[in-house]
Amino acid sequence: MFLTVIGALNEGFLQTLKLFFVTLLGALPLGLVICWGSMTRFYPLRWLCRFVVWVIRGTPLMLQLYIIFFIPGIVMDQSPWPAGESGRFLACAVAFILNYACYFSEIYRGGIQGVPRGQQEAGQVLGMTKVQIFVHVTLLQMIKRIVPPMSNEIITLVKDTSLSRIISLQEVIWAGQAFLKTSHGYSGLLWPLFFTGVYYLVFNGLVTLLLGRLEKKLDYFS
Amino acid sequence: MAILEVNNLEKHFGATRVLEDISFDLEQGKALAIIGSSGSGKTTLLRCLNFLETPDQGTISVGGNIIFDAANHRSQTDAEIRKKRLHFGMVFQSFNLFPQYTALKNVTLAKELLARERPDFKSNKKAILEEIQQEGLELLTKMGLEQRASHYPNQLSGGQQQRVAIARALALKPDILCFDEPTSALDPELTGEVLRVIRGLVEQKTTMIIVTHEMAFARDVADEVMFMDKGVIVERGPARSVIENPQEERTQQFLAGY
Repeated sequence: MFLTVIGALNEGFLQTLKLFFVTLLGALPLGLVICWGSMTRFYPLRWLCRFVVWVIRGTPLMLQLYIIFFIPGIVMDQSPWPAGESGRFLACAVAFILNYACYFSEIYRGGIQGVPRGQQEAGQVLGMTKVQIFVHVTLLQMIKRIVPPMSNEIITLVKDTSLSRIISLQEVIWAGQAFLKTSHGYSGLLWPLFFTGVYYLVFNGLVTLLLGRLEKKLDYFS
Repeated sequence: MAILEVNNLEKHFGATRVLEDISFDLEQGKALAIIGSSGSGKTTLLRCLNFLETPDQGTISVGGNIIFDAANHRSQTDAEIRKKRLHFGMVFQSFNLFPQYTALKNVTLAKELLARERPDFKSNKKAILEEIQQEGLELLTKMGLEQRASHYPNQLSGGQQQRVAIARALALKPDILCFDEPTSALDPELTGEVLRVIRGLVEQKTTMIIVTHEMAFARDVADEVMFMDKGVIVERGPARSVIENPQEERTQQFLAGY
């Protein structure tokens, strides 16, 4: 019985991991784009970006998941999401990427604004282009500054993936909960649901370790 | 002939006029010290020369070519501005070294990036980068820092950091090297080592503009001294005569404080 349950939970956790990595892969760069947008001197774009960040950060992710999954179908007569698990995953990924990109963008903004202005000026007087200054001067100093707040956000993301349960994405919580009724020939099992906590805990332990190492690696300069 | 000519430069921050009708020139190989109290516009003037601030009026010429004209500045592309600002080098009060790079990399980075624009960069990459490294090491040696080439800024004293910053500015071989209060962030002991380096540059006939509060240094090392107050040039002349025998009342008042 134990092995059967673990097998089912593993399968669910694979979906959790997939959502986690896809979100990171999408939100890390998208956050940078939104960050630039919210700092640009082209004010319409700046206000648009800040408005989006305000809305996304100001409303629950759970609500955003519902809206992104259901509203397009209601408006367009037919849901744009493919049927079945792949469609649910896609909707989840879009909601998570958008949500986390907004949080990341604010962290990036803090990181960039935390780099002393003199660094940019030093690059300017040495004839560097704006892009060169960002890539060769600001970027690493920004990364160093954002690792601690990012760690927080990434750990939250690991746990937030469980929200995708509400549109029935078959992640680890869903897999654990299934045993309350019937799954893989077992009925009324309570412990698999609680056991999912071990998965989050172990994975977050790994994430913490990894980010701690990155933080240490950037310790060589101040 | 004057290598630098500044004509009628004017700069406002909002309603405040920071620079008013600034005109002066500088001969090749001469060192000009700018003195004056805080808020007199000295630093803003240097920042205008380096295009860190955009003057509202006036022109700046280097070697007879106008490199800045407030009248048509907006039509310049970023690339043109970037090229023109390389006539000037800048050493900041707070060093502004790049903390994530070694002393040597601080010196060579900009040159490496510029080298990428050379047409023969791809075919000659290794030799070009090696040459830049070599030049960087020579500059650090000149600054007495050959032992510190692989140190990071946070492993260096303030005086060493400022000397790296001087090497970094020299690496691009600017026509005119600007110093913005290069020793104001240093204690007296470290001030000495930086001033010695600057003195050495004067002896090698580097064209320089030095904003400083070190009156004795300005008197002994600079060729000329310019005193600024409230955004205007009050007095200018040979270093020793301005510092020891100022003609204008405001200069006398200022120097009486030292």
